[in-house]
Amino acid sequence: MNKMVKTIKEAITLSGLKDGMTISFHHHLRNGDMVAVMVLEAIAQLGISDLNVNISSVFDAHMPILQHIRDGVVTGIETDYMGGMVGRAVSEGILEKPVTFRTHGGRASDIIRGASPIDVAFIAAPTADCMGNCTGKEGPSACGSLGYAFADAMYAKKTVVITDHLVDYPLIGGSIGEDYVDYVVCVDKIGEPSGIVSGTTKITKDPVGLVIADYAAKAIDASGLLKDGFSFQTGAGGASLAAAKYLKDIMVRKGIQGSYGLGGITAYMVDMLQAGCFKALYDVQCFDLDAVKSIKTDPRHMEVTASHYAGPGAKSSAVDSLDVVILGATEIDTQFNVNVHTDSNGYIMGGSGGHSDTAAGAKMAMIVAPLSRARLPIVVDQVLCTSTPGATVDVLVTQCGIAVNPLRQDLAERFRQAKLPVVEIHQLKEMAEKLTGVPKKPVHGDRVVANVLYRDGSLLDQIYNIPVFQA
Amino acid sequence: MRRSMLFLPGNSPNILINAEYLGADSIILDLEDAVAPTEKDGARILVRNALTSMGYTREKIVRINPVESPYWKEDLNQIIPARPDLIMPTKVSCKEDVEQVSAYMAQVERRNGIEVGSVGLLPLIETGLGLENAYQIASSDPRIVGIFLGGEDLTADLRCQRTKEGNEIFYARSRMVACARAAGIEVYDTPWTDVEDYEGLVKDTELAKSLGFSGKSSISPRHVSFINEIFSPTMEEIQYAKDVFACIERAKAEGKGVVSLRGKMIDAPIVSRARQVLEAARAIYGIGLEEGGKGHE
Repeated sequence: MNKMVKTIKEAITLSGLKDGMTISFHHHLRNGDMVAVMVLEAIAQLGISDLNVNISSVFDAHMPILQHIRDGVVTGIETDYMGGMVGRAVSEGILEKPVTFRTHGGRASDIIRGASPIDVAFIAAPTADCMGNCTGKEGPSACGSLGYAFADAMYAKKTVVITDHLVDYPLIGGSIGEDYVDYVVCVDKIGEPSGIVSGTTKITKDPVGLVIADYAAKAIDASGLLKDGFSFQTGAGGASLAAAKYLKDIMVRKGIQGSYGLGGITAYMVDMLQAGCFKALYDVQCFDLDAVKSIKTDPRHMEVTASHYAGPGAKSSAVDSLDVVILGATEIDTQFNVNVHTDSNGYIMGGSGGHSDTAAGAKMAMIVAPLSRARLPIVVDQVLCTSTPGATVDVLVTQCGIAVNPLRQDLAERFRQAKLPVVEIHQLKEMAEKLTGVPKKPVHGDRVVANVLYRDGSLLDQIYNIPVFQA
Repeated sequence: MRRSMLFLPGNSPNILINAEYLGADSIILDLEDAVAPTEKDGARILVRNALTSMGYTREKIVRINPVESPYWKEDLNQIIPARPDLIMPTKVSCKEDVEQVSAYMAQVERRNGIEVGSVGLLPLIETGLGLENAYQIASSDPRIVGIFLGGEDLTADLRCQRTKEGNEIFYARSRMVACARAAGIEVYDTPWTDVEDYEGLVKDTELAKSLGFSGKSSISPRHVSFINEIFSPTMEEIQYAKDVFACIERAKAEGKGVVSLRGKMIDAPIVSRARQVLEAARAIYGIGLEEGGKGHE
């Protein structure tokens, strides 16, 4: 049996891709990904059109997709996150059909349960063998975990592995198995290393960010959750990483051995593993070179599929056992609803990713954010887009104090006892508005450009177009 | 209580907005070295407006330009009406420098209907002459709450290298403490300038505390929590202070004149030190005098 084909075009043809079908990509190569663009280019040349693209995240590197939208090759996008450049075009109405936003867990579940079927999955594989066993841990475009790609590979009608590092069969230590792969293509290059993982992720030097991080770590300490068996996830933002560092100091000082660290993994989480803060790391995506190195060499650092990470339809997933997650926000309203989809002007520039999955699962979901960004308060009356429902968000930590969701008075009481500055979320809004004034809401059009689905598949919110003013 | 005093540039709006939240007991809004001559006017306005509108609850100190510069009077004209707690005059070398600043402050206070003498002074001593005159400076004016050592300019004036070990300012530190205590005022240490070297910061701060400084300044918000911790009384110190007052109480009840604790006679300096510890504890932790030393105020 020979699965090797010479070109991407040949693989596309063999896969039986037709007009109107759904193709999928994963985003572990992040802003260095060349595969989605190569495949779309080949599809355009083959004259196939009206495709639905299910891609776990859209980055600025995927800008060429806009031309394929204009040309009618791509007519639909389903994703969990969309960077600002493609997001702006979508907000201005480039697609007729609204984008479908899911969460990382929701995407995996919807693929598995058949709610979002994939005809052909294209798996960017940093290393593969001729039968399609593949991994992200090695090769010139190594990215570490391939967590988001598993559901695609396993449930698509056809799966094409695209690699730039073909090794002899059998690949040792593979992630996705040959039993799911139909075709393998070897190309010159699948990614630009500088865009795949950052060399190092660094904690913030901004004094305000550090104050926030300090409060966040102290609040976790005071929450009653920080004890042996503790499980934790944090984002890769500067203040979140600083909070992880402060938390590590507390855990080391108190001799607390946690259970697992989860999520997109950075050097700081690896550091916590090595310091004995966790027994293991569950890694759905690596953010930096240290994480890639660790997942390759340390058996305690384990790759996890998106479904295992956060799938609401899974029999259980790692987020369900999570104690604390630290998350960011572009806005949070007085009901604790969080927006991570749009910027202050209403343009798409993000997405839930694992935000609402982890918030729903964790015993304490903590948002860290400065009181205001540039001229805008972080706390508003109503978010422009609900990405994560307020009922699942427990705490907002700012430099001016910690607001606790009224549903979690137990936490507020613990924080007060620890002499942490507990404030009402309305107070934070007033404090910010005293400095910035009350900003006007951006004006949006009346056309829906994106539907935001909650992790269970229900419609959570809708994003409207932003009218383009002619100068 | 001034365990930590944080220098913040007077020309940075984002920093001024967040000054309250950086953890320092006192904030020093700087109009001197952090602000270029061409930006002095803008910084004055910014600092003045921050003082009047930000509602700072931290102690507010404004560092003004030296008396030999053309800027200090206008600094005071703009800043005094905004009611800072303290003015920090710079390169103070003799008591006449203080008298000159204090007299002008009085003029500005009168002009603005502010009680004369209500704004205090914390002279920055950073020259060889200033160091030699430290006691005269410390005792020159009732506005003065403390003196402040500036190690960087001092070593330049002394023509020696500023080192991390700090041997070159050991004499200056000791002399500052002696002069301040002789004058019955507080004394504050020069900042640690290597932002990333926390180990050095801790050593340097512990040294300052051991020499008798009341607190230490900082140029980095990241240093504040280390300084606060070192200059906060330890639980053992608090317990000892409580025991001192409990012991006095018992002795009174028993009609004893001389009191001893753990084999050591309790004399006036011990009582005074114990009171300071409990006052600091009350300010920091909300515990202290009301539990241990009530009735001895």
